[in-house]
Amino acid sequence: MTDRIASQFVRQLRPQAWWNAVNAWLLLLPAAVLLVAFTHYPILATLRQSLYFTKRNGTETFVGLDNYRAMAADPIFWKALVNNFWFALGTIPTSIALALLMALWVNRNMRGRGFLRLAYFTPTVLPMIAVANIWLFFYTPDYGLLDQLRGLLGLAGWNWLGEPSTVMGCLIVMVIWKEAGFFMIFYLAALQQLSPDLDEAAAVEGAGRWYTFRRITFPLLMPTTLFVAINAVINSFKLVDHLVIMTKGGPNNASTLLLYYIYEVAFTFQDAVYAATLTVVLLVLLSTLALLKFGYLDRRIHYQ
Amino acid sequence: MTARTHPLEAIAAWVLALLWLAPLAYAFWSSLHPAAYATSFSLSAPWTFENYVRAWNQAPFGRYYINTVVLVALILVGQLVLSTLAAYAFTRFRFKGSGIAFALVLLQLMIMPDVLIVENYRIIGKLGLLDTIPAIALPYLASAFAIFLLRQTFKSIPQELVEAARVEGAGPLQVLWRVYVPLARPTYVAFGLVSVSYHWNNFLWPLIVTNSVESRPLTVGLAVFGAPETGVDWSVITAATVMTMAPLLIAFLLFQRQFVQSFMRAGIR
Repeated sequence: MTDRIASQFVRQLRPQAWWNAVNAWLLLLPAAVLLVAFTHYPILATLRQSLYFTKRNGTETFVGLDNYRAMAADPIFWKALVNNFWFALGTIPTSIALALLMALWVNRNMRGRGFLRLAYFTPTVLPMIAVANIWLFFYTPDYGLLDQLRGLLGLAGWNWLGEPSTVMGCLIVMVIWKEAGFFMIFYLAALQQLSPDLDEAAAVEGAGRWYTFRRITFPLLMPTTLFVAINAVINSFKLVDHLVIMTKGGPNNASTLLLYYIYEVAFTFQDAVYAATLTVVLLVLLSTLALLKFGYLDRRIHYQ
Repeated sequence: MTARTHPLEAIAAWVLALLWLAPLAYAFWSSLHPAAYATSFSLSAPWTFENYVRAWNQAPFGRYYINTVVLVALILVGQLVLSTLAAYAFTRFRFKGSGIAFALVLLQLMIMPDVLIVENYRIIGKLGLLDTIPAIALPYLASAFAIFLLRQTFKSIPQELVEAARVEGAGPLQVLWRVYVPLARPTYVAFGLVSVSYHWNNFLWPLIVTNSVESRPLTVGLAVFGAPETGVDWSVITAATVMTMAPLLIAFLLFQRQFVQSFMRAGIR
């Protein structure tokens, strides 16, 4: 029925195909202009910029891959990239595991589950910059909360964010706290889709709780896990707000991340060409991840 | 299933919840007590509102609030209008190049304006808009995410309803306004909540393009206020931090279910 009406509708309109197109493009126009101006053009301009050198007087010369060679020789670039890797590895598996645990608890008929969900989810709605302010105080040397606790144990103060050995760990703990509750809701949604018959069947068969989780629930949640994981990786490249007020990438670039380094190069060192070259790396990383997400994963992990 | 929860597990769940609320509880505690009690928790500590008064007087937070509200509203209205029109074009009209156009829209899902800071700064500069509220909003007004979500919703709307409206003589825009928009309300609410939360909290881009009290949103204002160079008391900074997050936090507490569902709906797609 619907099909017939639809095809009739299309047949009616066919002579007016051009009119259709005009209408459609008029509707698209405002969004298209802004998308081109702030997404497509900037992407192309960034690519172009990375192949040119700009002199002080503003003249540009084509330099091929010279900017990339300079980048490959820049230890801070590599440091940022490696940091991004550790930052992702430190935050993502732990927050996903916690998120799953939270979701399993909140999904149960436990007393106070509304409160539990609220507690877990709240950090998600806070601005990163406010979170950074609060945690900055925990990590403040001597005066901060963490060092006060150390003081109770008779230990000397420690400059948590000022030492290369601890700064990354501190930031990772904070980000886990911020993100776990966000990932929890994806598991919650997935758990609510699972048939309760499965659990009952498992119980009837005498399967233990841990066994049921390991052999039934967890495999069924695999699509969610991969979805959350890849989104988390993408997100980890964009998460740099806290660096601005907590460490400025320091000490000695121990906590810098690629996007923060781009920000620093562009707006502190005023080197737009090098910032563009670095941006290209970030764009390549993000597009690869996105293609993985849209192409491969979407097709492979849906069991139904 | 009503499997009994092991008491130990219930305790673990509660411990984790309290641990998760602790940093926030701490922020409230220290903002409501004199600086001397910032690290010593004592039940006899006197309560005070002084930190809030001082924060409010030491920096133009009133102006920052207005800026953020204007910014968030501007972005939301722009996104809703532009994406409604675009999603309608993709759903209702068959035209040459629509596939390519849609793919080009989706590109913004991969490469968000947040990472194109260098070139976007240059463009905003060329437009002569640096240090204005529209400068913060412009790169976000066309949202691929909103277009994508609305297109999904529009596609699920029964053709019979559209036909009925057409028979009654409604033109394309009337069909959009009378049939599509009302039926897509849940999607608008979900996207709206996510967008407002995102832009209320957004920091890096506003930090880059703003440079004065007149255009700075709350997040940037807070960062400027809390910078170590300023030597402001810790308790006063916490008060400012609480002020920055309070509106969204209150909205979240009031409409908890809608928030969680919106993030879920928008995230899963």
